[in-house]
Amino acid sequence: MTAPHDANTDIKARVLDAIKRRAPLAIVGGGSKHFLGREAQGEPLILGEHRGVIDYHPEELVLTARAGTLLSELETLLAGHDQMFAFEPPHFGAAATLGGTIAANISGPRRAYAGFARDFVLGTHIVNGRGEILRFGGEVMKNVAGYDLSRLVTGAMGTLGVILDVSLKVLPRPRETITLMQPSSPRAAVEKLCRWAAAPLPISASYIEDEHLYVRLSGTPSALAEARATIGGDVLDDADKFWLEVREQRRPFFGGDAPLWRISLPPAAILDLPGEQVIEWGGALRWLKTDAPATTIRAAAAKHGGHAMLFRSPVRSPEPYHPLPAPLMQLHRRIKAAMDPYGIFNRGRMYAEF
Amino acid sequence: MILPAAKPTTDKRELIAALGRFLPDDAILHATEDLRPYECDGLSAFRQTPMVVVLPRTIEQVQKIMRVCHERGAPVVARGAGTGLSGGALPLGDGLLLSLARFMSILDIDPANRTMRVQPGVRNLAISEAAAPFGLYYAPDPSSQIACTIGGNVAENAGGVHCLKYGLTVHNILKLKLVTMDGELLTFGADGLDAPGFDLLALATGSEGMLGVVVEVTVKLVPKPETARVVLAAFDDVEHAGAAVGAIIAAGCVPAGLEMMDNPAIRAAEAFVHSGYPVDAAAILLCELDGTAEAVADDIERVESIMARCGASATRVSRDEAERARFWAGRKMAFPAMGRISPDYYCTDGTIPRKHLPRVLRRIEALGRKYELPVANVFHAGDGNLHPMILYDANRPGELERVEGLGGEILKLCVEVGGTITGEHGVGVEKINQMCDQFSSAELTQFHAIKAAFDPEGLLNPGKAVPLLKRCAEYGGLHVHGGELPFPELERF
Repeated sequence: MTAPHDANTDIKARVLDAIKRRAPLAIVGGGSKHFLGREAQGEPLILGEHRGVIDYHPEELVLTARAGTLLSELETLLAGHDQMFAFEPPHFGAAATLGGTIAANISGPRRAYAGFARDFVLGTHIVNGRGEILRFGGEVMKNVAGYDLSRLVTGAMGTLGVILDVSLKVLPRPRETITLMQPSSPRAAVEKLCRWAAAPLPISASYIEDEHLYVRLSGTPSALAEARATIGGDVLDDADKFWLEVREQRRPFFGGDAPLWRISLPPAAILDLPGEQVIEWGGALRWLKTDAPATTIRAAAAKHGGHAMLFRSPVRSPEPYHPLPAPLMQLHRRIKAAMDPYGIFNRGRMYAEF
Repeated sequence: MILPAAKPTTDKRELIAALGRFLPDDAILHATEDLRPYECDGLSAFRQTPMVVVLPRTIEQVQKIMRVCHERGAPVVARGAGTGLSGGALPLGDGLLLSLARFMSILDIDPANRTMRVQPGVRNLAISEAAAPFGLYYAPDPSSQIACTIGGNVAENAGGVHCLKYGLTVHNILKLKLVTMDGELLTFGADGLDAPGFDLLALATGSEGMLGVVVEVTVKLVPKPETARVVLAAFDDVEHAGAAVGAIIAAGCVPAGLEMMDNPAIRAAEAFVHSGYPVDAAAILLCELDGTAEAVADDIERVESIMARCGASATRVSRDEAERARFWAGRKMAFPAMGRISPDYYCTDGTIPRKHLPRVLRRIEALGRKYELPVANVFHAGDGNLHPMILYDANRPGELERVEGLGGEILKLCVEVGGTITGEHGVGVEKINQMCDQFSSAELTQFHAIKAAFDPEGLLNPGKAVPLLKRCAEYGGLHVHGGELPFPELERF
């Protein structure tokens, strides 16, 4: 592990200086999620030096670490105690940090069955746009004192403040895992997944690609034996490598230069769009490679009560995130002003408007 | 308890006339005898008769009510079933109480997507009952689930005995429609698993009716576990029971529920509902395991052996559903059971890191002796969420003041060990002073700024949840950290 270092004071000083000069800051962790969203305007504020575990007691199921700590180091530490981040965060690069993961609220294959990053956030220290170090939430499982600002900054892409450290709920690793594979059309596969999700089965991930359905089961040996009979299919060898490829978008599908759309939908929705598709999260997450216009894709997602984000594209889009209705955008701007009155942090990182 | 009045100049007769232009007569209550039932919520020590009560039936009516009040500067307090324990729905004498009791419809059940769209006045338990034919249920189950409504659950981020495994309200809802103070209808969240923009769904959940009025909720439903069984373990020493809680979790088990009761709570509950609790035990643990029959059998074996290793004097496992219900009955009826052995009781809601459980219990006992008041403890041990119940008699002069002193010290202790003043009941009016113990002036100022982003005039549920810095200065509890002055921003208020 790299040596811990507390840079709270330096970060706060940098923010105060930026406020004084009204100079916007672009917050950088490991830079692994730089491709997500829009380009932030401003001088880089690098958090990679602000790292290290602050507190970890396995029997409390809580880990607190500084934002610049490498995700891989934390996962190694947890694995040593048979625990894990249950939201199975993608890294998208060896430099991925805890802070970036939380700022982007990014979650992997287990998400539909365990929850996403924000579900596991218990508390944070942040520097707000007045240069104050504030603590919200805590290190306990239940906490309803004050507004839930630690979950508000999760997924805000650094636009509301600098995340200094995060306390996360962690979970025991399942005792056993197997992956089953069966041929299936995507539509039939989604139907099966929706049916299985309504039964108490220990499913921990699903993936549909090339007329094949992959289902991961995690739990006690007896629970797996029983579920295996219900789900059917062949056992996939080297399944850990497979799910790592899914998580990190290293499957061949994710290669190439075509724009890659991330479409979030109710799982049973039937999406009729041209292009090549893979499906995760029991049907709730569709990855679509297509040259169809953004308006068509977004209208199709919105029709089902979902949304569409341009996740990767050869040229950075000016509007990667699904547009917000006007009253909601106004509220976003007021919230931004409440947290960051001088507009210092990650200006334009999510939407051009703030 | 006097709450700060926003604009005490609202003309009651004119307000009623304005509301009468779009609400039927039976939706507006203003005669004193009709207002009486609304003067308090589950925190009955605080009472205030509202100026007017409205009972709308449609979202459009709610929007119009909000606009009428906004134009006149009249404060609004929203209310569901009124079961809240922190006074979040306590009315204002110069304000309007907006009851959502008539929003009682289940709008849509979607078994394929495992969601249900409901109006805010639907009761928590009614959701699970409607989902039952599909083998599904709604996971959060606060003790008041027979009566409490989903709108109130969202406002308070309600928990229950199963949240260690299944989460709080915030983890179990997908989408909210809410009306802001200026009458705007907004949607937070989406029908999929996430939504674009800031996580306003999480921000609104647990915001205690300060940011908007919830008018529709889409909840997630989860499959009913095939089997659930409870291990009931008795301990001669509270600390051993506390250690067993940590050991079960460290062993990689995530029980569906993990509850603890101390001897006074065991005795009171047993006398009331006859659950078969060992009345001589210093503490009992109730550990529920759910899943497939085989998995539960595996887990039960592991849990029983951990309990034995940690010094349990006896363990019993529920043999059938009836016995499981009986084991839980004592725990679920612990509050009313206190009402039988003491004229009054006061329940607090602090949450602590589990590792401090033994230390905090010892300290609570010592504090009880200092204030000469008996304390019975029940708690969601798996979550570290304590519910110490202070037994007293309000008719004895000075006793209520001692209770408040003791309650305040218990919450301060929770904050000292790294916990929080409220795990699931909310701040409301009850714990508003203790907010000054938990948060710095800068943090409270940040909360006020967020509130102002939704409600710049501060008309929605004013005086609740987040104290003014002035109040903290008077209370003398403002949290100081990092060597900063206690209230440098006082002049802003």
